[in-house]
Amino acid sequence: MMVHLKFRALREIHWYEFAIRFALGGAMTVIAGAIASRFGPAVGGLFLAFPAIFPASITLVEKHARQQKEEKGLRGARRGKEAAALDARGAALGGLGMIGFAGAIYMLIEHSAVLALVAATAFWVSISMLAWLWQRRL
Amino acid sequence: MTDALVRFFIGGLAVSLFAVLADVIRPKSFAGLFGAAPSIALATLVLTVSERGASFAAVEGRSMMVGAVALAAYSGAVCLLLQRRRWHANAAAFVGIAVWFVIAFGLGCGAGLL
Repeated sequence: MMVHLKFRALREIHWYEFAIRFALGGAMTVIAGAIASRFGPAVGGLFLAFPAIFPASITLVEKHARQQKEEKGLRGARRGKEAAALDARGAALGGLGMIGFAGAIYMLIEHSAVLALVAATAFWVSISMLAWLWQRRL
Repeated sequence: MTDALVRFFIGGLAVSLFAVLADVIRPKSFAGLFGAAPSIALATLVLTVSERGASFAAVEGRSMMVGAVALAAYSGAVCLLLQRRRWHANAAAFVGIAVWFVIAFGLGCGAGLL
């Protein structure tokens, strides 16, 4: 299947689900900053890769996939778990990309912050996509 | 207080943008990549450089590499718990957090970063 956008999927998401993710993301950003202030950048840096909103996201993925199946009168528990597992597999590949992102920040940020952020994002995108293409061939 | 509010808003916005991308992108296995998007890092690092300088951010970046290894392992563990053990997503995701802590702090200490 080709990569494409399905904007209709946004209609299935309730406003409070957007709010939960905004609040969790905001809270984790504040907490990561507080940890870096209290324990230093070495410990604080770890939490820049903490799976803060992943539990909420994967629970939503499971719930939506299950509901879609149940609306057709079928049992959706298995479909929900399969959808969540696919999401988790993708996140594992995205995690590989994040190693590249962090490496670029480490190597470049003292030279130029803008260059570091642009290069790091490019590393994340390219490593994640290459890993995804590679696992599809397996 | 103002700094915390700014961080909260920027972080919430960055996370929400990546989450919406994950919602609309298909197939779902590709959308899953955005579950490990560096949204909090992107939001935080800009503020860190302006407030504490680039050296501080570089040390954070070095530790983040270790955190990212832990994130990849965590996501892989959650995937296995869902596929092989048939756990519910919320149980697998929350129990798996222990994997993140063990690997992040284990590797960080082992590498002499912490």
